[in-house]
Amino acid sequence: MTPETLDQIFVTTKHLLLGYVPVALEPIASAILSVVPVLLAFPLLFAITTVLERKGLGRIQNRYGPNRVGPAGFLQPMADGIKSLTKEDVIPRDADHLVHFLAPVVMVLAAFLAYAVLPIGRNMVITDLNAGVLFFFAIGSMVELAVFMAGWSSRSKYSLLGAMRAVAQMISYEVPLVLAAIVIIMASGSLSTVGIVEAQSGFTFGLPHWYVFTPWGFAGFILFMIAATAESNRSPFDLPEGESEIIAGYYIEYSGFKFALFFLGEYLGMFATSGMAITLFLGGWGAPFGGLSWVPSYLWFFAKLLVIICCFIWVRGTLPRLRMDQLMGLAWKFMLPMTLLNLITAGVWHFMPAGILRWIVCTLMVVVPFLLTSRSLKQGKTLQVRTYRYAE
Amino acid sequence: MTLVFLILAALTIAGTAAAMGLRNPIHCILALTVGLVGLATLYLELGAQFVGFTQVLVYVGAVAILAVFAIMMTQGGKMDIERRPLPKPSALLAGGSVAGAVFGVLAWAILAAPMGQTSSAQPVATVAEIGQALMHKFVLPLEIMALLLTAALIGAVILAMPQEKDK
Repeated sequence: MTPETLDQIFVTTKHLLLGYVPVALEPIASAILSVVPVLLAFPLLFAITTVLERKGLGRIQNRYGPNRVGPAGFLQPMADGIKSLTKEDVIPRDADHLVHFLAPVVMVLAAFLAYAVLPIGRNMVITDLNAGVLFFFAIGSMVELAVFMAGWSSRSKYSLLGAMRAVAQMISYEVPLVLAAIVIIMASGSLSTVGIVEAQSGFTFGLPHWYVFTPWGFAGFILFMIAATAESNRSPFDLPEGESEIIAGYYIEYSGFKFALFFLGEYLGMFATSGMAITLFLGGWGAPFGGLSWVPSYLWFFAKLLVIICCFIWVRGTLPRLRMDQLMGLAWKFMLPMTLLNLITAGVWHFMPAGILRWIVCTLMVVVPFLLTSRSLKQGKTLQVRTYRYAE
Repeated sequence: MTLVFLILAALTIAGTAAAMGLRNPIHCILALTVGLVGLATLYLELGAQFVGFTQVLVYVGAVAILAVFAIMMTQGGKMDIERRPLPKPSALLAGGSVAGAVFGVLAWAILAAPMGQTSSAQPVATVAEIGQALMHKFVLPLEIMALLLTAALIGAVILAMPQEKDK
């Protein structure tokens, strides 16, 4: 079995199966054969991630994490799933029943739709739209509406507060998220996700042409990931949930499987934005070294995705939650100017002749404003070592 | 008229009709969102990807959320909407005449358009072509819009700035 056949095994299997389908049904069968694997793979990844996250957080907090169900606790998601399926579905008496029911559905629907344009491997993308990146961000904005529906329809002050926080946060961080991605569109000259991955193919001295290995690409990647963390409401940006402040935010009034759906939607959204970050900055399904191109492309995609997920877990276990004013300050006073400057840097890079000078100028254009902005934002604030008092 | 078109058109009309008919303002906005998404899918069905996605991005992502926020801020999230009485006859007359005039103009424009005479070849407008047109042929309107938006942004910042205390 050559590397090529292994790489294209899913694509050839699909074409083989399509051969048995009557011609009239072929478009529908083709769509189903493309969509079903995605609908299976990513929820499975969600199940694995919940265990990894709980175990990782446990290690960071000096405890064990789940280790009872199955080998080393890896069947915990099954137990959780059965528990949430058999739980009573409690709906508040005064809730808006229809909207209350629709909110988790819209949430999961929007999360899944985003996968339509993610290239998971070579020739493995559900649809290659010529405005794919635009589609991705348009679908992302539907999640905000689902969050608002959940918060409002529950008719609880906590959930309404959580929804307001979530929507304000997601709108604020959508701006730097999109602006950080625009740099890549400028560089590759394409809005199609497949085209962007292709623009990053090829190696120089065994190193790949990923956009993250340029000054503006690196800055863009960091900014994109910060904004993606805020978009997916993860710690340190988990104010909308804020257990210690508003209990669980917008999904406080959800129980049983609807709660599980919110959980699923949130993680799927996180995977989708991580996948978009991989597509835009980390060369999509491309191998990181020239000599490793024989490894199947989809394995590279999922390997990169798992690395990013581990970073998310690490950040969640490390950083404390921000305050509302700090959250907004970071978005508008730091992220927005930095992404705008990054746009200019990418333009300069594009028009300067290739060479060492281009590297120096663009690196300075990224580093100097970063230092100046962070210094000016720190002015008047003294940071000192915190003292903690433990309960005895 | 394909089946897909009929389904999408029915969805769009049902959404917008519900937006006018429902009592609760939040329900109205959610129904309107359904109508706007239906419109976006109609654009997609016509092969206008850029317009369709922009429709979702702007109207669902921004306008619907903005409307929701406006209602929440003004009503304080109050959900008991007492059944509104029917509007006064004068209001009905004014609203009806405006709606009738708009419908008349649109119907006239549609009837005057050369229907069924266009060639079967679909005009292809890729994102790149739209970008070229915006940056070359329509660069002046684009810049004017940019100026307007910048002015609006500065205005918003000034409104949000803390007022200086009177001495």
